[in-house]
Amino acid sequence: MLGRTLLGLAIALILAFGAFFAWQWRGELAPTTTSAHAFDPGIVTKGAQLAAIGECAVCHTRAGGKSFAGGFPVQTPFGVVYGTNITPDRDTGIGAWSEEAFRRAMREGVARDGTHLYPAFPYDHFTKLTDGDISALYAFLMTRAPVAQANRQPQLDFPLNFRIFAAGWQLLFLTKGPYRNDPSQNATWNRGAYLVEGVGHCGACHTPRNALGAERPKEAFGGGVSEGWDAPALNASSPAPVPWTADQLTAYLKTGFADQHGIASGPMHPVVANLAKASDADVRAIATYVASFIGPRNAADRQRQTEASLAFAKQRAVSVNDLARTTTGVAPADDRSAGGVLFAGACANCHRSGGGLPASRPIALALSTPVNSSDPTNLLRIIADGIHPAPGKSGPIMPGFSGALTDPQIVALADYVRAHYSRGQAWPNIAATLAAIRSNPTPAMEAP
Amino acid sequence: MTVLNVNGKQHEVNADPRTPLLYVLRNDLALNAAKFGCGLGQCGACTVLVDHNPVFSCVTPIAALEGRYIRTVEDLGSADKPGPVQRAFIEEQAAQCGYCIPGMMMRAQALLEKNAAPSDAQIREAMAPNLCRCGTQMRILRAVHRAAKLMTVELQGTEAKG
Repeated sequence: MLGRTLLGLAIALILAFGAFFAWQWRGELAPTTTSAHAFDPGIVTKGAQLAAIGECAVCHTRAGGKSFAGGFPVQTPFGVVYGTNITPDRDTGIGAWSEEAFRRAMREGVARDGTHLYPAFPYDHFTKLTDGDISALYAFLMTRAPVAQANRQPQLDFPLNFRIFAAGWQLLFLTKGPYRNDPSQNATWNRGAYLVEGVGHCGACHTPRNALGAERPKEAFGGGVSEGWDAPALNASSPAPVPWTADQLTAYLKTGFADQHGIASGPMHPVVANLAKASDADVRAIATYVASFIGPRNAADRQRQTEASLAFAKQRAVSVNDLARTTTGVAPADDRSAGGVLFAGACANCHRSGGGLPASRPIALALSTPVNSSDPTNLLRIIADGIHPAPGKSGPIMPGFSGALTDPQIVALADYVRAHYSRGQAWPNIAATLAAIRSNPTPAMEAP
Repeated sequence: MTVLNVNGKQHEVNADPRTPLLYVLRNDLALNAAKFGCGLGQCGACTVLVDHNPVFSCVTPIAALEGRYIRTVEDLGSADKPGPVQRAFIEEQAAQCGYCIPGMMMRAQALLEKNAAPSDAQIREAMAPNLCRCGTQMRILRAVHRAAKLMTVELQGTEAKG
């Protein structure tokens, strides 16, 4: 009897696996030859804007490498997946891909040769694109200069190195099909939702993921991680002291600076550098959509939080009158704690109100999201490594303090900044967080 | 009272612990190689070495520096006996107005202690934080290459004698 049950189970398992195997099977699509002259320049321009909003170049370009030729290491909890060569090189890129093959990769996560792609390539978002936009992206990529650069194989933990697991992931988590407009919202909101949920794939970093690496739809925009940085929540639990508005978001995404929030740094730096190439209307649409769910929902709560945060920032501002003159520098007169002394000597000259920098005045630290987040990671990374424009580009600069300050000094400084410039609780884990950052240096990300 | 180890000598400094190192070097210790450029950690004229790392002394309070190893251009050599980095900058005539050069030399020294034969790209990347408004960057680049060779020769010479 037991034997018959086991036999039955075994047959059922084999049938189930057979059905799955048949379901996941995708054939190779025939190679094609496409001429760059075959594309309408207007369509190529549209594709360029979509590629900028989609940040394709970020993951598909290695530091110092040729654009779209691949090689950037995407860190995942399961190992490293390298962005692939998506230039139209026939042998190492996608030069032999037909538009049908490209559309299948975007919609279903399957390469031209029929292999399943790992979801580090965010086809769970790209599946939402319209046919017209996928055609435009194809036209843009197929008109780039071909670069012969072989792809690096993913370094994934066993057994995920077998691509059939990507097919299993797709069965569980991929909901195929284009974005559907919400008729209760206006056209700008719907355009923003289409861009954010689709090509922009903002949730890939800003939404927490489950144990299998899929976004948790019920916690959309609840905050995640990106390249060793904390990707702050964009939903009601946004840590921004002043609730974001569509105007502030538009300025931030378009120029990399918003006067109530500060400048884009870390992995958002290449994002805003790319968005500078998008149309004003599209950036405004993205901002409109995100502003519809970020921060407190109730208008009175938003108003109250805005006023309280601005008043606190004003109260904590280090003004010239508060400063004691040291030998020649300037410092807050009162605080003699280890962190306060370091802040006075290392930070205050720029971070006092109206202070220091002629070209890019830092915002009040009390308005800074990294200072007010529940996680010290981003503040520690900024103190340690500073903020730098892309090589050869102009932009705000903050020196990194890793060489000047020891790790215990950076911890004391971060503790002081949190205590002085946030109404949130003290961080209990600053030293451990810094130790984790030290053991996991992030790869350089380059803005194109 | 703050005790600072500068160029191998202990100095007892009577200054506010919040004071940036640059002012103590120039005003208290009469070590005038490091220059005040912007006072904001943006230009690099004040660059010195702390525990072998290049740092902006204008935004580094002395409170952070007790027990650490500070070096300035005065440690690289003298007018009579210039060290390899100084010789290389003189031989390539890398200075125009010269104001940025002490900081450039300290950053070059830090690079060459970690990497004895850096490539052009590595030099450009390492030197990027330091600004020169005269436009001598190409000469500075050559000077760093030359300094790498001089340091290697000097090191091999010392080893041969020993």
